[in-house]
Amino acid sequence: MTALLEVEDLQVEIRNRRGAVHVVENVSFSVESGRAMGLVGESGSGKSMTLRAMMGLLPTEAHISEGRVLLNGEDLVTAPRRRLQQLRGPQIAMVFQEPMSALNPVMRVGEQIAEGPRVHLGLSRSQGADKALELMRRVGIPDPERRAFDYPHQFSGGMRQRVMIAIALSCEPRLILCDEPTTALDVTIQDQILRLLTGLCADTGTSLVFVTHDLPVVAEVCQTVAVMYAGRILESGGVTEVFRQPRHPYTLGLLRSAPDFAETREGLIPIPGAPPDPYAPPSGCVFHPRCAFATADCATQPMPLRQVTATRTTACIHDDRALESQKLLPVAQ
Amino acid sequence: MTDVIVASAGAAVPVERPAQRRATWYRNAPLIAGMTITGLLILVAVFAPLIAPYDPNKQNLAVSLVGPSAQHLLGTDQLGRDTFSRLVFGARVDLRVGFIAVLFPFVLGTFLGSIAGYFGGWIDIIVMRLVDTVVAFPFYVLVIALVFVLGTGERSIYIAITIVGWVSYARIIRGEILVAKQLDYVLAAQSGGLSSRRVIMRHVLPNVITQAIVYAMSDIVQDILAIVTLSYLGLGIAPPTADWGSMIAAGQDFLTTHWQLSTIPGLAVVLTGLGLSLLGDGLADLLRPGQR
Amino acid sequence: MNQLSLIGRRLLQLIPVAFGVTLVAFLLIHLIPGNPARTVLGIHATPAKVAALDKEYGLDKSLPAQYLLFLNRLVHGNLGESLFYGVSARTLIIDRLPATLWLLVYATVIVIFMSVPLAMLAASKKNGVRDHAVRTIPLVGLGLPPFWVGIILVEVFALKIHLFPVDGYGSGVAGHLRYMFLPALTVAIGMAPVIIRSLRASMLDVLGADFVSTARSKGVPESRVFVRHVLRNAIIPTVTVLGINIGFLIGNTVIIEQVFALPGIGGLMIQSIFNRDFPVVQGVTIVFAILVVLVNLIVDLTYARLDPRVSLTR
Repeated sequence: MTALLEVEDLQVEIRNRRGAVHVVENVSFSVESGRAMGLVGESGSGKSMTLRAMMGLLPTEAHISEGRVLLNGEDLVTAPRRRLQQLRGPQIAMVFQEPMSALNPVMRVGEQIAEGPRVHLGLSRSQGADKALELMRRVGIPDPERRAFDYPHQFSGGMRQRVMIAIALSCEPRLILCDEPTTALDVTIQDQILRLLTGLCADTGTSLVFVTHDLPVVAEVCQTVAVMYAGRILESGGVTEVFRQPRHPYTLGLLRSAPDFAETREGLIPIPGAPPDPYAPPSGCVFHPRCAFATADCATQPMPLRQVTATRTTACIHDDRALESQKLLPVAQ
Repeated sequence: MTDVIVASAGAAVPVERPAQRRATWYRNAPLIAGMTITGLLILVAVFAPLIAPYDPNKQNLAVSLVGPSAQHLLGTDQLGRDTFSRLVFGARVDLRVGFIAVLFPFVLGTFLGSIAGYFGGWIDIIVMRLVDTVVAFPFYVLVIALVFVLGTGERSIYIAITIVGWVSYARIIRGEILVAKQLDYVLAAQSGGLSSRRVIMRHVLPNVITQAIVYAMSDIVQDILAIVTLSYLGLGIAPPTADWGSMIAAGQDFLTTHWQLSTIPGLAVVLTGLGLSLLGDGLADLLRPGQR
Repeated sequence: MNQLSLIGRRLLQLIPVAFGVTLVAFLLIHLIPGNPARTVLGIHATPAKVAALDKEYGLDKSLPAQYLLFLNRLVHGNLGESLFYGVSARTLIIDRLPATLWLLVYATVIVIFMSVPLAMLAASKKNGVRDHAVRTIPLVGLGLPPFWVGIILVEVFALKIHLFPVDGYGSGVAGHLRYMFLPALTVAIGMAPVIIRSLRASMLDVLGADFVSTARSKGVPESRVFVRHVLRNAIIPTVTVLGINIGFLIGNTVIIEQVFALPGIGGLMIQSIFNRDFPVVQGVTIVFAILVVLVNLIVDLTYARLDPRVSLTR
């Protein structure tokens, strides 16, 4: 069964006066229909760039230098602009991180929600308005008849994010990309939004790619996860597997430094060092300068992602050591 | 968005600002170009008597309305006066008046803006109402009306421009002082015993003045335009003194046959404006980084 | 109702300004050195006329009394009587107002059509070739004397190529459109550098905003993204800039009317200056101030309409 989404060897390059940087390097993963995949990593790991590359919405300085993004077998990277426009909305949609800046401040919310369907489904003004009302109800916005005429600044953060979700759902896409959708929200609201998102996707069989730096969220929402660092994927697999039995020192480090996971121990153990300069990445394994298990090989050998089991991949040659370490000092579920 | 990602993922971003600032002024293209053009124009104006081949007011009806030739580089006007000489002497008049005219509004505006910003309260209200009143009149309308009642001539131009032009400086200075009053170092200095007035005078005003100076560069352009316009209308520099505005007016009658009479002085104005604008832009760039 | 309170508030703020304006206009005559009446009349001065003017302006009374007299007449819409034409200044002004208004509106329309495409061109690729080209416009543009631009345009488009008439107002709407094109274009060229600079900057700002990405992620065609999302947001700060520069724009019409011999109030003012027709000069000055204030009000209201985040009741 071919997956709904297959990303192969994606590479995103930024060129400026200092040189060329690969902010996304050799990224590959796939997502099945109706399933949710988490993409985790620190800020700057390239997760947002990956999503944007998939949508074709990279900032002007960046471009896809290699790779393919296959949606239902169709390569989005080489698709002409017209085709991309047709696909965006009905096939693939995105939920952005900061709902205040992601909504047009001078356009009424109802109109913004209706815009997609009107463009793609050819709905008339009143049909679009009806559709917007229906969507607002689905995402749980109270009093939609009145609220549809309000502007984004008149909504609270949580409500705005619901609007964004309504927009993403408006043309019933097969795949929704979420770029840290709950990071900018209050903790209490986060939960609601997550539930909403997962519920809706379960109902409609929509796939999700969920980008976040928040590990417990991934555990809650996704079935599979990929761990990103410095633009590369270091490990991937089923979510419970990866979190219970990490096969990469970085993943281990993440788990240990994450507040919610580490609650049973005395303290958080941060990962020593800092992410590498993208203009001068380390040779060999990109994580080796900060890795407790690093050996001489780690600095010299190329470290591609390799299949460990049918569902697990890792880029570490010492993955067993990560496993061992985890057994000794387990991280709470 | 990219910058955020790159910056956060990169541990060691080389910082080269302080050392480079010294060298930047060479690389500052607008500044160099502006200085060159303006410098040349000033030189022309200053050395006008040496550069101009003829007395600009000398009439010679025998050679009136002659086109460009070896004797008369840019031809002559209807009274036989050499256009090139008039152009050069016109630079003298217009540039001089323009540069002087900017001083009085600068001083008056800075003063009023300072006291409004610093003292606040009634003084501020009064000054702002004055500003509103002046601004309610279109620039040229008030200037022309003032020149009318005061009589034409250089002195009236200075007075009129001062009355109308102080407003922009006052606004800039007042705004900057209001911001500066809130700044930490002012509060810190105050709590350390220094009077805020001292702090403002020694630290804030120098910063703030640079904004006014940058604005003044574009203001000179506006003043030169105003002078030239007034002269065109017959309300400025009295004839027969050569000045670009009156040259354009005089040439208007001969548009079909001797279009250069009106066109060339205008080009001189445009060139002056270009030089000063570049200078202003370059200056703004130079004075901005690291200052805030 | 919200709009009414905005207007109401603004009008209230205008009261001190109104006083100031009338005071300035009033004091103009007193700035004249020597006997104002005699100086105003200049060579037309005869004892009879001087006496008449003295009486007209109450120059024999005390200053505050004169001012009150002046205000009183103003409130009744009396702007004085033209010394030159012998009719009320108000009649003259109302007669000539349409031409000026035509010029203003026409120029504004032209400037919008000029600025938007150019700003868009520049913003499409920041620091690209086209961007640099457009950015030279303010550099050169701000130094262009408006009257000279008018003359050049006449030279080329009216004299060399007989596309437009040299001067005059024309009759009927079509006539106006044709006759006023060059003057309106001249005024527009005067305004354009500032507008283009502001529009370009705000477009660049908006283009980088998230909601533009959102719109594109919906698969909205680029043209619609540009108009409904980018432009719609980018014009807001530019409207403010326009408001700030309105005074200058209106002032420029005075000069342009002179160049093109248009029967507007600006031309009236200049003529009256040469005719030493002081009451008309004073009257026109006041009308201009009113015009500026009105236009500013319109700009403010437009801004409030365009930006829903600005609450009308504050």
